[in-house]
Amino acid sequence: MTALNLESLDLATLPLRDVNARLQAAGDGHFRITGPNGAHALAVGLTSPLEVEIMGHTGYYTAGMNQEASLTIHGNAGPGLAENMMSGSVRVTGDASQYAGATGHGGLLVIEGHASSRCGISMKGIDIVVGGNVGHMSAFMAQAGRLVVLGDAGADFGDSLYEARLYVRGDVKSLGADCIEKPLLAEHLDELTRLLDRAGMDADPLTFRRYGSARKLYNFTIDDAGAAK
Amino acid sequence: MCGIVGLYLKDPSLQGRLGALFAPMLVELTDRGPDSAGLAVYHDPAPEAHLKLVLFHPDPDFDWQKVSDALGPAAALTRRASHAIVVAEGEARKIEALIAALDAGLQIMSEGRVIEIYKETGLPDAVARRFAVPEMAGSHAIGHTRMATESAVTTAGSHPFSTGLDLCLVHNGSLSNHNWLRSRLERHYGMTFKTENDTEVAAAYVTSRLLEGRTLHEALEDGLADLDGFYTFCVGTAEGFAVLRDPIACKPAVLAETDGWVAMASEYRALVGLPEIEKARVWEPEPATVYSWGG
Repeated sequence: MTALNLESLDLATLPLRDVNARLQAAGDGHFRITGPNGAHALAVGLTSPLEVEIMGHTGYYTAGMNQEASLTIHGNAGPGLAENMMSGSVRVTGDASQYAGATGHGGLLVIEGHASSRCGISMKGIDIVVGGNVGHMSAFMAQAGRLVVLGDAGADFGDSLYEARLYVRGDVKSLGADCIEKPLLAEHLDELTRLLDRAGMDADPLTFRRYGSARKLYNFTIDDAGAAK
Repeated sequence: MCGIVGLYLKDPSLQGRLGALFAPMLVELTDRGPDSAGLAVYHDPAPEAHLKLVLFHPDPDFDWQKVSDALGPAAALTRRASHAIVVAEGEARKIEALIAALDAGLQIMSEGRVIEIYKETGLPDAVARRFAVPEMAGSHAIGHTRMATESAVTTAGSHPFSTGLDLCLVHNGSLSNHNWLRSRLERHYGMTFKTENDTEVAAAYVTSRLLEGRTLHEALEDGLADLDGFYTFCVGTAEGFAVLRDPIACKPAVLAETDGWVAMASEYRALVGLPEIEKARVWEPEPATVYSWGG
C-alpha cells in the first residue's frame, strides 16, 4: 500500500454527499474516511479501482453497487452492506447487519465477524466469505456465486436455492426448502481453498460441508406444493 | 420506521448527565420518526407509600391549581411544559379516580414511584427542548421518535406507553394480534386502554406478566410465544432495562455496553456521542433473545 497518495476525508467536517462525490469522481487512489459514525449510504456507487478504508462503524447501505473498488470497513456495518455489488471487494473487520451482499452479481465480500439474517439473499454471482456465523434465511433464493461460512448458519439456510454453492464449517440450524447437503468433491475443495485464500481466512477446507439446490422447485407445479414449506 | 433509544447507567456517577447523554440519542433518530417524540426517565423516587404521576392537559391555559386543590395540601405539583408531575400519598386507583373526575381533558402519562413520561407531537429536538431533557438526571431513560402508521399523530398516541406502575415500553414495528390480545387483557386482567395503538397492548401484556410474578426477563420470554408481529422492544422498569426483537428481527437494533452504561438504539449513529463509545462492545441483538440488566 502506498501511503504517499493517501487522501483523507473526514466526515466530521465534510458532508456525506461531498465524500461520496469525491470517491465517485476519482479514477484511482487510496482514500481513508474517518468519522463515519453510522452514516448511511457511505462509499456507494464507486466504479473505479480505488482503495478505500473506512475507519469506524457504518449505517445502512455501505458500499452499495460497488464496481472495481476495494473497500475495508474497520468496524461493523449496518443493514444492506455491499448490496448489488458488481465487482471489486468489500471487507468488514467486525460484524455486518441484515442482508449483507444481497443481489450481488460479482466481486468478493468478506465479513470477518458475524453476519445477521438474510446474508447473500438473492445473490447472483458474488462470493461471500463470513468468518463467524450467518443468521436465518441466509442465501434465500441465491442464484449464483459462493457463500462460505466458517461458523454456524441460522434457520432455513438456502431456502428456494438456485445454483449458488454454499459451504458451512459449523452447524446449520435447519435447511430451507429445496436445499440439501451435497458431496464435497475435489473440484469443490479446490474452489473452497481458493476462496478461503482470497479472503485471507485460515480454515481447513476438509472441515466444511457443501449445500446446494435439490432443483425440485425450479418449475413450480401444483403437485410440488408440498415441497415448499 | 420509528426510532427507539434506551440508556441505562451502570455507573451512578453518570446519573447527573443522563438527560445530556440521552437527548442527542433521541434527536439523532429524527429522520426515523419526525411526527412526535417521547421519553420515560427514571429518577428521584417518590417517598414510600407515595405515587408519582405525570399528567398532561391539551389546553395550554389549563388551571393546574385545580389539581393541587383536589389532591390536598400534602401533594406536590411541579409543571414541566404541557405536563405536570404530581407526588401524592395514597393508592393508585383512588388517585386515578380523583383525577378522572376532575377534568375530562386530563391524561395520565405515567404512574409509579420512579418513572416520568413526557411526550409531545413535533420534531424530537423541539420536544427535547420543551421538556428540558438535557437537564434531566436519573438512572435510565427510554425514548421513541414516531413515524405514525396506524393511529393519529396526537400527544396521547405518541410513545412511550405506560400501562403499569413504573413500566415503560417503546416499540419499532407492528403487532398483528393486538386486538385479540387487548380483549384478553381486558377480560382476564381488567386492564383499560387509552388508545387503539398496538404498542400500548404490548406494554399492557408485559405488565400482566409482571403482575403474575414473572421477572422482566421472563415476561419478555413469555412475549415470544404470545406476541405476533414485528417488533424491537426496549423496556424499562423501576430498576430494570431490557431489549427484545421478534424471531424474524427485521426491525433494526444495536446494543452497546461499557463498564459505565448499556445503550440501545435503532441505529448505531444514535450512540456515537456516548462516553467511551470507542471502547464499547457493540453488537446486534439476536432474534428472539431477551437481553436484560438490573431488575
